[in-house]
Amino acid sequence: MMRGNRTLTIGISLVAFSLMMFLLSFIWTPYDPLEINPELSLTSPSWSHWMGTDENGRDILSNIVLGSRATLITGVLAVVICMLLGVTIGIATAMSPKWVESPAIFGTDIVLALPTVLFAIVLAAVYGPSTYTAVFAIGIALSASVAQVTRREVNVILLADYVTAARASGSRNLRIVRTHVLPNLRASLFVQASGASAIAILAESTLSYLGLGTPPPDPSWGRMMASLQQYLIIDPIFPLWPGLAILITVLGFNLLGDGLREALDPTLRRDVE
Amino acid sequence: MTLLQVRNLTIRFGRKVVVDDVSFDLDAGERLGIIGESGSGKTLTSLAVIGLLPEGAVVDGSIVFDNVEILNRSDGQLSSIRGNHIGMVFQEPLTALNPLMRVGKQIAQPLRIHRGMRMKAALARATELCERVGLPDPERIVRSYPHQLSGGQRQRIGLAIALACDPSLLIADEPTTALDVTVQQEVLNLINELVREQGSALMFVSHDLPVVSMMTERVAVMRSGTMVELATVSKLFGGARHEYSQMLVRAARQSDDEFVRISEGGHR
Amino acid sequence: MTTAWYVLRRFALLIVSLIVSSALVFLLLRLLPGDLAQAKLGIYGTPEALAQLRTEYGLDKSLPEQYVSWLSKAVRGDLGLSVLTGADITSELLGKATVTLPLIGIASVLAVLIAVPLGMLAALRFRKWDGVATSAVSQLGIAVPTFWIGVILITIFAVQSQIFPSGGFPYDGWSNFGEAMKSLVLPACTLALAQGAVLMRFARSATIDVIQQDYFRTARATGLSRAGALRVHGVRNALVPVVSVLGMQISTLIVGAIIVESVFALPGVGQMLLQDVNIRDYTKVQGTVAATTALVFVVSFLIDLVLGLLNPRMRQR
Repeated sequence: MMRGNRTLTIGISLVAFSLMMFLLSFIWTPYDPLEINPELSLTSPSWSHWMGTDENGRDILSNIVLGSRATLITGVLAVVICMLLGVTIGIATAMSPKWVESPAIFGTDIVLALPTVLFAIVLAAVYGPSTYTAVFAIGIALSASVAQVTRREVNVILLADYVTAARASGSRNLRIVRTHVLPNLRASLFVQASGASAIAILAESTLSYLGLGTPPPDPSWGRMMASLQQYLIIDPIFPLWPGLAILITVLGFNLLGDGLREALDPTLRRDVE
Repeated sequence: MTLLQVRNLTIRFGRKVVVDDVSFDLDAGERLGIIGESGSGKTLTSLAVIGLLPEGAVVDGSIVFDNVEILNRSDGQLSSIRGNHIGMVFQEPLTALNPLMRVGKQIAQPLRIHRGMRMKAALARATELCERVGLPDPERIVRSYPHQLSGGQRQRIGLAIALACDPSLLIADEPTTALDVTVQQEVLNLINELVREQGSALMFVSHDLPVVSMMTERVAVMRSGTMVELATVSKLFGGARHEYSQMLVRAARQSDDEFVRISEGGHR
Repeated sequence: MTTAWYVLRRFALLIVSLIVSSALVFLLLRLLPGDLAQAKLGIYGTPEALAQLRTEYGLDKSLPEQYVSWLSKAVRGDLGLSVLTGADITSELLGKATVTLPLIGIASVLAVLIAVPLGMLAALRFRKWDGVATSAVSQLGIAVPTFWIGVILITIFAVQSQIFPSGGFPYDGWSNFGEAMKSLVLPACTLALAQGAVLMRFARSATIDVIQQDYFRTARATGLSRAGALRVHGVRNALVPVVSVLGMQISTLIVGAIIVESVFALPGVGQMLLQDVNIRDYTKVQGTVAATTALVFVVSFLIDLVLGLLNPRMRQR
């Protein structure tokens, strides 16, 4: 029953574009991204270097392509962590007795209050900046929000008649989860995962802009923008490229999530609308 | 003098026709009832007269109020008529008032818009209006929030707002349906009195024939968007022509002899 | 439930949150690998020197004891000294806050000023082109990373047109009021735009809600145009969700401030935090994060109070 859903189409195209860059990075880039050419330092876009070169003479386009790896890997790993953790906690909390549920909700709220980036900063203070601290921090922080939304949805599902019937006929909790809860959650999980991906990628690029993400020499979009920012005076277009890359990817996931929500179930609870 | 002239009013939503070729007149000071079940198009007809049809409605025909064509007029031009020459009271007193604003201020709104009054003067007049609609302790009421008042009180506020600028036409859409039975009669009497005092015309929309027949002299019966009969109340009860109207009259007789006796014997 | 009871209840919640969060932060950093005293003294760490340092900083006491003594001083405004540098945490924090707090304050106000009118416009012109366009812009605004907005503003207003400085803060701080304000304009706008995009969606849906309400129809029946009815009845009702979301977004604002300070090289709390992280000054980071979290909770408490004022029905809950 999928009508022509413009949001979804645009979302899918944008995400596909980023994914293609990601795949491309394993096959071929115009130049070696890490090759230093001091004599070519900071050249504006030209036919030989479509996006220009950075301060070390490295081809920016190639670095953008390679940089997609850091961003997408961090994003995907973080989303996997937050979904697994969040959904499990959400379901467990919703199906627990009251005395377990209340402190769990309180705990989730506290984690929710602590912003992702701040949490990552604290972790970086301890373990030093790296891809893994970023993944870990983003994953944990996002799981709280996933847990909260999942808990609400599961509570609604549990009110259904067929669940009561299942319980009455003796089904244990685990079975109910498998046969009733999870299938009904499926649509919402897809939507949440898209939204979480967008946030994760934004967070990753912010962290690497601040120097707390993937360390050099592996390129990452956020860090590229930070280093190219100083050379705005020479050509304002330099920091534009990593910015566009981030924008396209995040926008893609956002629209994908919105489009999925429209297509899969228009009666799904919408936080904003 | 003809105050309102509705000719061939047709309202469509997309391809669905919800009001089909409705025509009637209303003289100054006259009272007309529009009766029908839900979905008959009676509410939409009344909204069309005041120019507040929901978005997406396609209208055809003509509505002339006080020699001014209402349909397809710009919103700005209609604004000077709404609340000024035409007042409207709605069904749900609970939601018809802004919960975050004191009721005095809400009554003051039309006064400020159409009479150019300053807030202080408008609030003073609002207090007078509260008294006029029979609210005890008007000073306190004016400062209250809607949730602090009862349903009946809120509906009186609704009347105060609608009548603030002495309109020549009052449209009442199921004004008592959402109220307690005990309060209904009071509010109906109030409407009766206010309309008579002011000499305004009344367009009373309802599904309840006994109530309509008590409040009005002429009745338009609507069904599925068409007007099936237009007659005086006594004629209707004496011998309605359309089958549907006859059905309504029968039902009315069964439910409430009191109302029917009053209307059959002529009222007021 | 009267107003007083409502306030009391929220206040109790505030205290509990403060205690729990500060304990968490404390715990997190105390459970670190590595010995603080060792880290400071390095190779000069004779057993006696280490022991003396530990006693000095109270590191030899048990964890709960350390927490309680830290907390009791913290509530009085004394966040202690950094184990690494010996600097007084509170005074450093306050110094940097003179940059960060005005930044956040101005940005919040600007964000609301952007979001509410634009949100209402988008709702009014729901199916018309400018409404759709405004919504699309807000979609874009949400997807754009804050630091990019900053870089773009620098490009346009600092590099190309030289109106505002591209970064930094005057050396003599606020005593040079004009320059200080100029330095904050672009950063505040960056934060405001980023926040405004998010808030706009809430303002828009709140306004659409208002338009569908019965009292909106009543207002129209009294002779108000759509825009007029919104002006009279809509603003307050649209403000409620916007302010409450803003309250929830305080922590995002603080993170935004950290980012913006980095983009514009402002000597604020964010900048300081990042530097401390780099040199692994644990105690300072702990003090800063605890103070910041406390601020977040206090602000959201205040916002709840404001909401109680705006929405009289909430007081009765």
